[in-house]
Amino acid sequence: MRHIISILMENEAGALSRVAGLFSARGYNIESLTVAPTEDPSLSRMTLVTRGSDEIIEQITKQLNKLIDVVKLIDLTEGPHIEREMMLVKVKAATPELRDEIMRLTGIFRGHVVDVTPTTFTIEMTGEGDKLDAFLRALTVSDILETVRSGVSGIARGEKRLSL
Amino acid sequence: MELTGAEIFVRCLADEGVEYVFGYPGGAVLHIYDAIYKQDKVEHILVRHEQAATHAADGYARSSGKPGVCLVTSGPGATNAVTGIATAYMDSIPMVVFTGQVPTSLIGNDAFQEVDSVGITRPCVKHNFLVKDVKDLAETIKKAFYIATTGRPGPVVVDIPKDVTANKCEYSYPKRVKMRSYNPVVKGNQRQIQKAVELMLEAKRPMVYTGGGVILDRGAKQLTDLVKKLNFPITNTLMGLGGYPATDRQFLGMLGMHGTYEANMAMHNCDVLIAIGARFDDRVTGNIEKFCPTARIIHVDIDPASISKNVKVDVPIVGGVSSVLKDMLEALATNGGKPDQTALAEWWKQIEEWRSVDCLKYDRSNNNVIKPQYVVEQLYEVTKGNAIVTSDVGQHQMFAAQFYKFDKPYRWINSGGLGTMGFGLPAAMGAQFANPKDTVACVTGEGSIQMCIQELSTCLQYGLPIKIVALNNRYLGMVRQWQEFFYQGRYSMSYMDALPDFVKLAESYGHVGIRVEKPEDVRGALEDAMIKYKDRCVFLDFVTDQTENVYPMIPAGAGLNEMILV
Repeated sequence: MRHIISILMENEAGALSRVAGLFSARGYNIESLTVAPTEDPSLSRMTLVTRGSDEIIEQITKQLNKLIDVVKLIDLTEGPHIEREMMLVKVKAATPELRDEIMRLTGIFRGHVVDVTPTTFTIEMTGEGDKLDAFLRALTVSDILETVRSGVSGIARGEKRLSL
Repeated sequence: MELTGAEIFVRCLADEGVEYVFGYPGGAVLHIYDAIYKQDKVEHILVRHEQAATHAADGYARSSGKPGVCLVTSGPGATNAVTGIATAYMDSIPMVVFTGQVPTSLIGNDAFQEVDSVGITRPCVKHNFLVKDVKDLAETIKKAFYIATTGRPGPVVVDIPKDVTANKCEYSYPKRVKMRSYNPVVKGNQRQIQKAVELMLEAKRPMVYTGGGVILDRGAKQLTDLVKKLNFPITNTLMGLGGYPATDRQFLGMLGMHGTYEANMAMHNCDVLIAIGARFDDRVTGNIEKFCPTARIIHVDIDPASISKNVKVDVPIVGGVSSVLKDMLEALATNGGKPDQTALAEWWKQIEEWRSVDCLKYDRSNNNVIKPQYVVEQLYEVTKGNAIVTSDVGQHQMFAAQFYKFDKPYRWINSGGLGTMGFGLPAAMGAQFANPKDTVACVTGEGSIQMCIQELSTCLQYGLPIKIVALNNRYLGMVRQWQEFFYQGRYSMSYMDALPDFVKLAESYGHVGIRVEKPEDVRGALEDAMIKYKDRCVFLDFVTDQTENVYPMIPAGAGLNEMILV
């Protein structure tokens, strides 16, 4: 099953490689991984998407907790949560028809055009992975010049929080 | 007063109470070696290879319970140390390894003798540090010792660039450190302990299985009390030998791949398994699908990740072994109950039947060739079971584990998890430094001993009276055994050709060498080594039976009840 593990860790050089190294050494898979400092600059927040049986996920969380740099973690998929991913897509937009079509699709998917040239549009879109996939499917493949996805970020719903 | 990083380094070690540093100098650590030269609180032991420095520190730790310390230079110094670091990591041995590093300004520059020591060692350390500022040095060293020795112990690497050892700052060694991300649990959950005790009292066919955690957490006394009180049978893993007196009636010997018939059969047939400080290693469980099919399992371990990793357990208890055992003894007294005595008597009857198979028997009738088992038995008798025994890896290791009866902890020192050939001799050096009055014997083979043979020079320099007991069968015995069993006797590369004359070799290093070729000379040679040459390092080269195998044996994929017996 797919799990989103959210990790609060020391914002130290090498902390990321400890997590990545753990996954490769033990043969766990990483679907996506995002990391950035939090409002407390001594801490980083990592969101990691992985797949595995309950036993594997249990081992993953235990092994992560064992890393000295990991302060705290939760498996977001254990409760109600919000997950989002940000995507930037550069598409061909050289003809008026194409420009209209892309504007319309972007509107339907609640995205924004953030950069325009005479021949291209760059669209910013946020949402769950499925929505981003659907948007890409809606575009004509040959019109897509480039896509960048941030990987999943997530947070628990309600008052539950991951903090010190 | 401001001190240099190098001076701070030696002050930290002195304040930490470090007696010995095992190491080897080089460019990146020259400032540190200069600071070592100018003081006399911490003694530096010069080895002949960095791998030996780590094994010696490891042997020191295993035989004393105190953390082992090594110091090596950057680049090849650090890479040579990796095998020893991984060895300590697999067996959870507290050790702090200091590696020199090129100056911070050159890091990442492919400088002379530069490697990414933190990167290389990351998968085989409990934690590691790169110290970039001399102001962080003392606190980092304190943290390193704290992490290495608490929770599930393990090696910690501290990488120190050369300029950090030259820069100056005020010195103060922190009394303690607190880390928000590291708070190992020691005390076990009381409700779980209650549940465990109730389950133990319900057991009709109980079995206690304990590992290295009992030794590491100094839990041998509490374990013995508990097992005695309950009259339960007990087995030790390879790492756990000495955790319970081996000469006691309730001890069934070691379990696992080369464990005894009675221990493995009792494991397979028990209804309640009490696992303490052991980690259900594949060499212990055999085929995991067939492991303890009828047992409910209690597992005590300080490392939550070890619990339900390989085998799903019914009562997990996270905590330090000795603390949990103490609480179990109390809970047992409060409960006041007793196990079902009739069922237990029946169970013991069954176990004695298994024991009567005498699975460790070997051919004692041949007077022409020395049996390796016989050498270990004689070593046990001559040393009255009191020696510290280190070993390398292979058949001799299993014979030592099977035939030397360890009644006390800290006496059996071997590379169980990583299986590092070359471990025995340097580990014996470390053990001898920690226990100068004790007999330290290194049971080895002609293959293993050659992997760190250069340490005979260190033994000479420091006058270490180590007794090397080489079971020389001119084969990599365990490789040969597997080739005989599973590769139709195609002995690919397992014959040890072109061996040196070990007697002359020992003598050239200034030691005593004795070659023993006949069974009747075994005892005398061992007595000479222990008495006549008490204060000398002795190399005993026993020419042993080339065809002897280690029995019993569980072949790969089989269950604990499917042993190959003699």
